[in-house]
Amino acid sequence: MPCRIPMELRLREQGERMTLRSRQGRRAAESERRFESVLQLPWAFAMRLLELPMRGVQRVIGQGRMPWVFVMPNLLIFGTFVIVPLFINFYYSITGGTDLFPANRPFVGTEQYDLLLDCEDYLDPFSCRQDRFWRGMYNTAFFVTFQVAGMVGISLITALVLNRRIPGRAFFRSVFFYPVLLSPVVVALIWKWILQREGLLNAFISDWIGNKTLWLVEPGWAMFWVISVSTWAHMGFYTLILLAGLQSIPGDLYEAAEMDGTSRWRTFWRITMPLLWPTMLVVLVLALIKSVQTFDEVFVLTGGGPGTATQLIVQYIYETGFATQIQNFGLAAAASIVLGVVLLVLTLIQMKIGSGKGKW
Amino acid sequence: MKVSTRNLTIAGLAVAGMFWASVAAAATELRITWYSDGNEGEVLRDLLDRFEQQNPDIKVVVDNVAYKAILESLPVQLAAGKGPDMARITDLGGLSKYYLDLTPYLSDPEYWRQNVGPFLQWFRQPGDKTSIHGFMTQLTLTGPYVNKTLFDQAGIALPGEDATWDDWAAASNAVAKKLDIPIPMAMDRSGHRFAGPAISMGAKFFDANGEPAIIDDGFKAMSERIVEWHQDGTMSKELWGSVSGSSYRGANEEFANAQVVFYMSGSWQVGQFSKQIGDAFDWVAVPQPCGPAACTGMPGGAALLALKDSKHPKEVAKVMEYLASEDVLAEFSARTLFLPAHIGLSKKGVDFKTDLPLAKKALDTFLGHLPKVSQTAYDLQAYPYNRVLFNAIISRLGQAVVGELSLDDAYKRMVQDIDTQMAEQKRTK
Repeated sequence: MPCRIPMELRLREQGERMTLRSRQGRRAAESERRFESVLQLPWAFAMRLLELPMRGVQRVIGQGRMPWVFVMPNLLIFGTFVIVPLFINFYYSITGGTDLFPANRPFVGTEQYDLLLDCEDYLDPFSCRQDRFWRGMYNTAFFVTFQVAGMVGISLITALVLNRRIPGRAFFRSVFFYPVLLSPVVVALIWKWILQREGLLNAFISDWIGNKTLWLVEPGWAMFWVISVSTWAHMGFYTLILLAGLQSIPGDLYEAAEMDGTSRWRTFWRITMPLLWPTMLVVLVLALIKSVQTFDEVFVLTGGGPGTATQLIVQYIYETGFATQIQNFGLAAAASIVLGVVLLVLTLIQMKIGSGKGKW
Repeated sequence: MKVSTRNLTIAGLAVAGMFWASVAAAATELRITWYSDGNEGEVLRDLLDRFEQQNPDIKVVVDNVAYKAILESLPVQLAAGKGPDMARITDLGGLSKYYLDLTPYLSDPEYWRQNVGPFLQWFRQPGDKTSIHGFMTQLTLTGPYVNKTLFDQAGIALPGEDATWDDWAAASNAVAKKLDIPIPMAMDRSGHRFAGPAISMGAKFFDANGEPAIIDDGFKAMSERIVEWHQDGTMSKELWGSVSGSSYRGANEEFANAQVVFYMSGSWQVGQFSKQIGDAFDWVAVPQPCGPAACTGMPGGAALLALKDSKHPKEVAKVMEYLASEDVLAEFSARTLFLPAHIGLSKKGVDFKTDLPLAKKALDTFLGHLPKVSQTAYDLQAYPYNRVLFNAIISRLGQAVVGELSLDDAYKRMVQDIDTQMAEQKRTK
């Protein structure tokens, strides 16, 4: 039980420390400023030059509209490389042929979408004309469900553990983040070597099982490993976000709960989760979007195999648009638009559910 | 003496001007986009350094890229009009609309017609019978290798000259069983590799009008064998089952690690095996297994081609003439251990630069395959959209192999894939 110092004494001590610090700080700040001002001379000169045209602009458009001037460069880049391609992509999806330039492509209306959505039974990908598109959609749905649920769950548990006072806490906080820093290709390659016939995993367990398992050749196991590797590679990022969210919860609430004799489980569900919920919502949306876009690590780990057991939708789009001899940009664009619409709907649903739950 | 600012400025500008003029009048820069299976990149650089010494006004920059970039990025660059001056290309017919006709810039077009000869047609668009676009950097032939050391250790004799695919499957299985080798037979996951054996079984690939018609008894016979072999363990699903769609998966690493008894690949591996395997075990090229119709592999190879995007066609022609000249091409083939696709050289022979008797023997064996290559194989290789066929075949056969599709469904899907892609191609203005 921690020693309880009276509140007033603590506050007075804090105040005195702050005053002393501020006097010392002011002196240090002054000398720092003098040194910095010499270093900053060239920069200050450049900024002075910039001020002249900016003042002119402000005179013309008014101070209220000045923020747009600062935001404009980023907006232009974003517009050029994200928004404009979005519209060009839509145009590709309503044209056909193999020409690269939109102007040379014949207009075909909804033909590409008709080809994609032509199925006898929507629940059976093999009854569809573009069976690999539907296989990709179903595989992605499966992958996203289990990967997001698993990853967010594991991230939450890890964040809760790392929020406590455990030995080596700083070390573990960084270690869980390391896989996030690795390139997805590197991650997938390393795991491929671990899981192959003569890999590390078989080296450890083949004596117990009695034979070497070809982990990436069984469809079920291939999907399991794809989900596991993806979870392992990305959970550090979400752990970090959830940890920040946990640390923003005031400790007084936990103290009060403790004084009232609340069980840990109840504390978790009644205090931690509701206050963590906004952060959780952000994590879920980010994880969902990232998960649907998964391509590189799966492509390197299993190549979409065996057969099409782990072929996700982005791989289908890539193969249709680039990897075949007749590069079918129109069909690939149509598939990406369909994916985008599905993602938009899912995100909106999620936000609607999430904003409701905020009132716990 | 005080030098006036004005005079100093004039002097400075003059010096800068001279410098700039000398740089501008210097080398014309040409770019080659190149990929390597083995050491071709280094050999090419060597040859080009000599060329640059003889021609100081031309500088050739070689961009070494992965093979995937040649297959996927180069077509997009060429379509956008931002391609290099020359490129080493394998999709010879598919990109033919981007090639530059060198005939007006060559000093001796007749040399090209006589020596590059029949291969010139592989670069031409339908209807064109005269253009000269480049030359083959190598001729490749698909064909099998075996790990003879394993056969010796198992005490089993190699099947003979006229052995069939079934004979080889049985022999490889026997060796693998005796010595506990995980993969008795392996074949690169590639439609091009599959095509040779299919043609041996009687596949015709084209109908009477020259249009693709791939499903026939011969094709089915080979497809059934591939699926059966994957079911009974003759072939391992970890190769064909490890990727999806039309992705390539070679088995050269597994063969080099002595995990494979019989490996269907091609002559381009000789250089790589010389380095990777050396004499660790006896890797031997064996005669093509036979089927009822033929004992054939597929010809192929890459070509160095001049591209229309080039702004310096005269200089490109100079570089091409140098690289295609008999001496230079002989040296290139000798050092890379590639078969030359040059009529003159194939008659004279090439003194391959290798101390490894295994490599020499393998190359001779592949040269011996050449007379047996069937006309269907040549026609298939010359067909501009052969990759559409190969991709469709391998993608759906791969699904049949892992049990996702029945063979009948796989055949239907192959035809559907080909039709969809050809329809899209015909839509191009």
